[in-house]
Amino acid sequence: MYDSAPIDDQLAIRLARICGADGVISDPQELRTYECDGLTAHRSCPGVVVLPQSAEQVAAVVRECVARRIPFVARGSGTGLSGGALPRADGVLIVTSKMRSIIAIDPVSRRAIVEPGVTNLAVSKAAEPYGLFYAPDPSSQVVCSVGGNVAENSGGAHCLKHGFTVHHITGLQIVTPEGELTWLGDGTTTAPGYDLVGAFTGSEGTLGIATKIIVKLTPIPEAVTTLLAAFTTMGAGGAAVSAIIGSGILPGAIEMMDALAIEAAEAAVQCRYPEGAGAVLIVELDGPASDVEAQTAMVRAICTAEGAYEIRAARDAAERAAIWTGRKSAFAAVGRISPAYIVQDGVVPRTALPRVLDRISELSAEHGIRVANVFHAGDGNLHPLVLFDDSAPGEQEAAEKLSGMILDLCIEHGGSITGEHGVGVDKSRYMPRMFGADDLDTMQLLRCAFDPRSLCNPGKVFPTPRLCGEVPGVRRAPHPLVASGLIDQF
Amino acid sequence: MAGSVPAELSSACADVAAVGPTDAVGGKQAQYVAAPASTAEAAALLRAAAGLGLAVVPRGSGSRLDWGQAPTSCDLIVDTRRMDQVLEHAAGDQVVAVQAGIRLDELAKVLATAEQRLALDAPSSSDGVSGTVGGLIATGAAGPLRYRYGSPRDLLIGITVVRADGTVAKSGGKVVKNVAGYDIGKLFAGSLGTLGLITEATFRLHPLPEATVWVMLDCPDSATAASAVRAIADSPVVPSAIELSWASATAPISVSALIEGDADSVAGRTDRLRELLDRATAGQSSARTKRADDRPGPHTLAGGGAADEAFRVLRPLSDGREPTGTLVRVAFWPGQLTAVLTAIRAAADAAGLDPAIGGSAGAGVLEVSVRAEAAVEAVADFVAVLRAGLDGLSDGLPPSRASAVVLCAPAAVRDSVDMWGRVPSLALMRAVKDQFDPEHRMAPGRFAGGI
Repeated sequence: MYDSAPIDDQLAIRLARICGADGVISDPQELRTYECDGLTAHRSCPGVVVLPQSAEQVAAVVRECVARRIPFVARGSGTGLSGGALPRADGVLIVTSKMRSIIAIDPVSRRAIVEPGVTNLAVSKAAEPYGLFYAPDPSSQVVCSVGGNVAENSGGAHCLKHGFTVHHITGLQIVTPEGELTWLGDGTTTAPGYDLVGAFTGSEGTLGIATKIIVKLTPIPEAVTTLLAAFTTMGAGGAAVSAIIGSGILPGAIEMMDALAIEAAEAAVQCRYPEGAGAVLIVELDGPASDVEAQTAMVRAICTAEGAYEIRAARDAAERAAIWTGRKSAFAAVGRISPAYIVQDGVVPRTALPRVLDRISELSAEHGIRVANVFHAGDGNLHPLVLFDDSAPGEQEAAEKLSGMILDLCIEHGGSITGEHGVGVDKSRYMPRMFGADDLDTMQLLRCAFDPRSLCNPGKVFPTPRLCGEVPGVRRAPHPLVASGLIDQF
Repeated sequence: MAGSVPAELSSACADVAAVGPTDAVGGKQAQYVAAPASTAEAAALLRAAAGLGLAVVPRGSGSRLDWGQAPTSCDLIVDTRRMDQVLEHAAGDQVVAVQAGIRLDELAKVLATAEQRLALDAPSSSDGVSGTVGGLIATGAAGPLRYRYGSPRDLLIGITVVRADGTVAKSGGKVVKNVAGYDIGKLFAGSLGTLGLITEATFRLHPLPEATVWVMLDCPDSATAASAVRAIADSPVVPSAIELSWASATAPISVSALIEGDADSVAGRTDRLRELLDRATAGQSSARTKRADDRPGPHTLAGGGAADEAFRVLRPLSDGREPTGTLVRVAFWPGQLTAVLTAIRAAADAAGLDPAIGGSAGAGVLEVSVRAEAAVEAVADFVAVLRAGLDGLSDGLPPSRASAVVLCAPAAVRDSVDMWGRVPSLALMRAVKDQFDPEHRMAPGRFAGGI
C-alpha cells in the first residue's frame, strides 16, 4: 500500500533543481557520513541527502517526497543520542546544517528568530552583548542545533532551574509532513488555539520539520558561583544533594559523577578533580549577587556537614570552565577507559536516587560489567555509562541487557526511560513498559493529525505505528506497515 | 426540562441527575449532570455518552465555564467535584499528583503544610470560588506569577485524560525531566474541554517563599509605564511578577513588581529595585512598597483602585452564570508594550469606550475589561479595531505578533463578535480535533474556528 517510488537519478535531478547541485548528495561514499547520528550503534545509509538553504526549499523537498510516497528524515548536527536522525535507505535525509542564520534578535522582547541549523551556543553568543543568553544548554551545545533541540526537547545541566527547550520556544515555522509551510504560535506566551508549539517540541521530528524557531532569551544572572565538592562515597554526595534541595535552594545546576566517570574524565581532559573522590558534586548557584553569596555559604556548610573533604570555588570564568570540563567531557571520555559503551538516560524521582544508584552498583557487580555514573542530581536524570568491549563475543548483548535492566529500574521507581535524549529508535521497544496500549494509541492520534501518510520520520518513538483512521483491534495479518517494509516491529 | 436519566448513563456513573437551573453552558441548558468519582467511572460514563451520541462539556467549579464561544450543543455536563483528592504529594521530590476536580485553594493549603506551592495564581471568582486544577489546565488561566513560572502547561508534568469515546490515556509521569512520548498535557492545556476530559494531573512544585513584597509605582503615561516595566525586567532582582493596572484613560498607570524569597533577600532586593525605579523614571513617580498580607496564592491585582474594581466585577463567576462584561486577553511581544497600550486606547476611543486594562505586562499578556453596559456594536467595533491595530505590530516574521481573544462576554456580544480572531495553523488544529473527537461531541463550537 505504500508503493514508494525508488530513490533514483530522476529524484536526484528533481532535488537538485530545488536545492542546487551542491545541495544534493548521491555518492555512496559521501552518503556514509550520514549513516548515523550520535548513537553509533545504529547505522543506515540514506537513499539520498539534501542540504536545503531555505524553508521554501525544505517544503519543496517534502512535497516531492509526498508525491512519490518516499519517507523522509530530518537531521540537524547529528549529535542525537537516540537515533532520531537515523536515516532510511529508501528515504531522503534532509540536513539543515546550511540553514544557520540568526535572523533577528529582539532584546527588549527577549526573543530571537533563528534557523534550525544554528548551534545552541551560537544563540547564547549572539545574545550576550544584550545581557541575555539562551538557557537550555545540552553538553553538546557547541555543536548541536536548535532544530534538533526542538525535536528532542533537549535539557542540559541547567534545566532544573531554567527549564527545558519547550519552556523557551514561543513560535515555530514548520514544514508539515504534507509539505506546507505554516506557523505554530506567534512568539507570544499565549497564542490562541491549541498549544501546537508545546505538542511539536519533543516530538522527535515525527510531526514535521522546524524551519524557523522563535526562542525566548533569558537575562544573564548578576552573579554565578560554581563549586566542586569531593566526597569519599556516592551516599555522602547524594545526602548533600538532598540537603541542598531540602533547604529551599534551587541551584542553577547540580551534577554528580562517580569514581569511574572521574577516572575517565581525568584520562581524557586532565580535569584534575580531587584525588580519591568516590563522588564529586558540581553545584552552580546563580541570581542576584547577595542571594548567591548567601546560598554559596549555605551550600559549603551543607557539603562539609555531609563529609566533603575538599571544596573548590571558581574565582573566574576560566576556573568555572575548568570545573565543568570534566563533567561535559564525561561521555566521550569513557572512550578512554573502554572500547565501547552504551549511554542511558533514565530518570527517577530525586529521593529514589540513593536506592537506584546502589542497585545499579549491585547489578554491575552481579554481571561483571562496569557502569560509570554521571547525572543531573537535582532532577534525578541518570546517565549510566555501561562499558563493554565490542570485540569480545557476547559483551554487547550483555551490556544491552544490563542497560534494559537499568531502565526497568527507573520505571519501577516511577521514573522515565528518557529525560532528555529522546526515544528515537534506541528506546522505542521500552515504550510499552512505561505506557499502555491506549496511552500510545492516544499519542499517535496526534501523529495521525500531522502525518496521515506516515512519511515523516517513520519508525521512530513508537514501537507499533498506528494506521491513521484505523480502529484498534485484533490483528490477524502482519501490520501493513511491517509488510511493506516501512518499519520493523519488535 | 427535567427528564429521566437513561439507564446507560446511570449504570455507568453512580451520580447522574437531570439538570437543575444552574446547569447550563453559554446559555445552553444541558439535559443531565454526572459527577464521576474516578477516572474509571468517568471512562464508563463517556463511553455510555458516546453510545447515546451526547454532546459533553466538562465542568470544574464552573468559575470559567463561560470562557469561549457558547457550545452549539450540550447534553451532558461532566462535573469533576467528586474527583477532588490529592493522590500523592511527594514533597521531597517537589511533585504533587491530584485528581482534576480539586480546587486550587484547597490544594494550596495542603502544599503549604510542607512549605511548598503550585506556582499558579489565577484569580478566584468574585464570590471567592477557586477554579479546579482541571479547569485551570483546560482554560490556561494564569495570574501574576506567570512572569516567572509560566502558565499551567509549564508546570504540568503528567496528565490522565478520558477521550470522547471513553478511552483513558496518560502522558508524562511523576518526574520533571521526561521526554518519553508526546506531551498530551500541553495539547490539552487551553483546549477548553474540546479534546476530552482531564481527570488527573501531576505538577512540579516550588518552595513557598518566606517573604513577599509588592513594589508599586504610579506612572503618568504609557511610555513611562513601559520604561518602568522594562527597568524591572532588566534589573538583577529576579521579580516573580511584573503587573500593570490602568483603570481608565485619564487615570495614572500603576506598575508593580513582586519580590519573593527569604526575608533578608527580599528586603535587599526591594531596596535595590526602588532605587532603580526612581532613577529609571527620573523621579516622575516614586516607588512605594506593600507587603502582601497573606501567603502568595490566587492574587488580586496589585495597584488597588478602580482597575481592581473593574476586574473584580469581571472576575470569573461561579455556577457559570452569564458574564457581567466582556474580557479580552491581549497577548504580545513584551517589547511592544507601549504600542499595545496605545492600540488598546485608540480602539477604545474609536468605539466610545473607556475600559480598564490590567495584567502581566512583563510577560506580554494583558486583559481588557469592558463593562456590561457597553453597547454590543461598540464592543464589536473595539475588538475589530484593536485586532487591526495589533496586526500592524508585525513586520511579517512571524505573520502576527499579537492577538486579542475575547475570553468571555454576555450572550449578545458572543453572538455578534468573532471571539477568537485569526488563529495560526487552524487547519492543523481541526485535524487534531478530528482525531481526538471525530464525532465532535466534546464542547462543540466552543473553540477557535468553530471547533
